[in-house]
Amino acid sequence: MTAQRTLRAAGLVVLLAVVAVFPLVFTNPTATLFAIDTLIFVIVASAWNMFSGFSGYLSLGHAVFYGTGAYFMAVAANDWHMNGSAAFELLPLAGLVAALIAVPVGLIALRVRRHTFVVITIAFFFIAQLAASNLSVTGGSSGLILPSPPFASATFNNPFYYLAAVLAVLTVALAWLVRRSRYGLQLRAIRDDEDRAAGLGVRTMPVKLSALVLSAFITGMAGALWVYFIGTAYPMFVFDPLFDLAVVLMAFFGGLGTIAGPVLGALVLEPAQQWLTLQTTGYESEILFGALFLVIILFLPRGVLPTAAEYLTKGRAVLARRRERPPGQSPSELAESRGGSSRS
Amino acid sequence: MTAELATRGITKSFGGVQALAECTLTAPSGQITGLIGPNGSGKTTLFNIITGYERPDAGQVFLGSQEITKAAPRRVFALGVGRTFQLTRIFPRLTVLENMLVPSGHLRGGPAGSPGQRNSAGGGRGHRERAMELLAFTGIDGLSGALAGTLSYGQRKLLELSYVLVADPAVVLLDEPAGGVNPSLVNHLADRISELNKAGRTFLIVEHNMDFVMGLCHQVTVLDYGTVIASGPPDLIRNDPRVLDAYLGSALLDAQAADEPAVDD
Ligand SMILES: Nc1ncnc2c1ncn2[C@@H]1O[C@H](COP(=O)(O)OP(=O)(O)OP(=O)(O)O)[C@@H](O)[C@H]1O
Ligand SMILES: [Mg+2]
Repeated sequence: MTAQRTLRAAGLVVLLAVVAVFPLVFTNPTATLFAIDTLIFVIVASAWNMFSGFSGYLSLGHAVFYGTGAYFMAVAANDWHMNGSAAFELLPLAGLVAALIAVPVGLIALRVRRHTFVVITIAFFFIAQLAASNLSVTGGSSGLILPSPPFASATFNNPFYYLAAVLAVLTVALAWLVRRSRYGLQLRAIRDDEDRAAGLGVRTMPVKLSALVLSAFITGMAGALWVYFIGTAYPMFVFDPLFDLAVVLMAFFGGLGTIAGPVLGALVLEPAQQWLTLQTTGYESEILFGALFLVIILFLPRGVLPTAAEYLTKGRAVLARRRERPPGQSPSELAESRGGSSRS
Repeated sequence: MTAELATRGITKSFGGVQALAECTLTAPSGQITGLIGPNGSGKTTLFNIITGYERPDAGQVFLGSQEITKAAPRRVFALGVGRTFQLTRIFPRLTVLENMLVPSGHLRGGPAGSPGQRNSAGGGRGHRERAMELLAFTGIDGLSGALAGTLSYGQRKLLELSYVLVADPAVVLLDEPAGGVNPSLVNHLADRISELNKAGRTFLIVEHNMDFVMGLCHQVTVLDYGTVIASGPPDLIRNDPRVLDAYLGSALLDAQAADEPAVDD
């Protein structure tokens, strides 16, 4: 066990080191552009998972929070004439605005469960998209252009890259803290049997709502960072239905409700998507991604990491059983010999 | 101190099905009360109404002198009434120990040492330690790291009983605790319940296993078509003609037949 822990810590250090030196090694702006996109998806997939993966309430409306953060950034940077690193100070505010939006969204959507919840989050998405195309503050369908950051062109991407990296590390750390806290436990109990959890004293509504709000806060910051990086805000890109599908796919791919799952999903799928888009013309990459979605939901519904972990545990148990004699009949041993197959 | 649980005139129907009709019963403080009756006689429905999972059409539920008829499940639990479900409701994707940490251990608003807090009087001990103690008490501490979804049926029943005990409820409602449980575990379970009762807890237990009920309970109440048809000590109940009538050809008669020769000797 300690060997495994050391290995994991070493892996983490290597990963962090790679993230730290990446823009120094790969100075090509296309490489850092891909990396920034990927890091933003690490942030959003982890934030999405912190709510949806832990609580079981699958949101297909996180683009609402992403877009809210983005539009806040676009409007505020223009109106308040903030540019460069001063504009970065707007990120927490953008998160706050997205979190505020999440309160009414949650109060309405979290009254219902499962499919109905999913449908309501989609409805909120379309309301937001419609609003963005028609309101004057968002510039309607002609969009908004953000002030151009005054960074040297050779290293233009680097401030964005490092900010995204820091946000990604903080988000993953927060997800880890939430998961091992009593609060995270209550979220996962809600996922397994919400009524039973309520019957055991869990205040289900405040727990669910605060998780959604926290998730929206982070997602809003990511949206703000992204829009400042690309420099323009158009309704169909800021509120993009494929955004939510991509985020959900990443979390499912790596492992819903785990910490490393959404990170792995983003690290594998976002570069793959970018690469495919470069290789193909038109919509082939999106069709391929749709197919991948189906394959994962059908064959790896619990994700790559949990499935791999299960095979590992099974393998170890077989080895251990070969070494030991079968156990006696105390209650715990009775269950060990009889249970084991009813995992969903 | 524990509390008495009582229902008065509880009536409930589902569409055309009358599940409970004027059901009045008492689970006296500090005693183990058995609740028996044929399938569909309304036992589980009564549990659901007492614990706030269903609303009665009429009637009242009392915990001591306090009326709790319309209290939500969370509030009923907070007031010190814990329950298990006929088909256990554990959290399958949490480990056994994590299941134990879901219920709040300090729910009752009252001061430390308030009713039912006997076991946590020591103060500074963590939630986790207490959870492990309870798992050791029910005998499944060896499984604390296993996913609850991998437990056998009997183990799930023990786990559900264990985590209900985390909050130190004064009254515990068990819906068929021995149903489908390995016979070697049934005695273990009866011993644990008996021990908890000696420490002062009130029990109301629905069970079809008549040996279990008659051996464990201080008094037994019989439901038939949603109404109480008899109530009293086990020895009287097993010979009550109305009860035999309700149970014609079912479990009680079998238990009766098995017992008779010994009595006649
Ligand atoms: N939610 C419901 N909707 C419709 N009918 C119900 C519902 N719950 C219970 N009933 C009906 O009410 C009656 C009483 O059911 P209940 O489950 O309380 O019986 P029970 O005594 O617990 O039976 P068993 O010993 O089989 O567990 C039955 O006829 C049942 O079909
Ligand atoms: Mg029942």
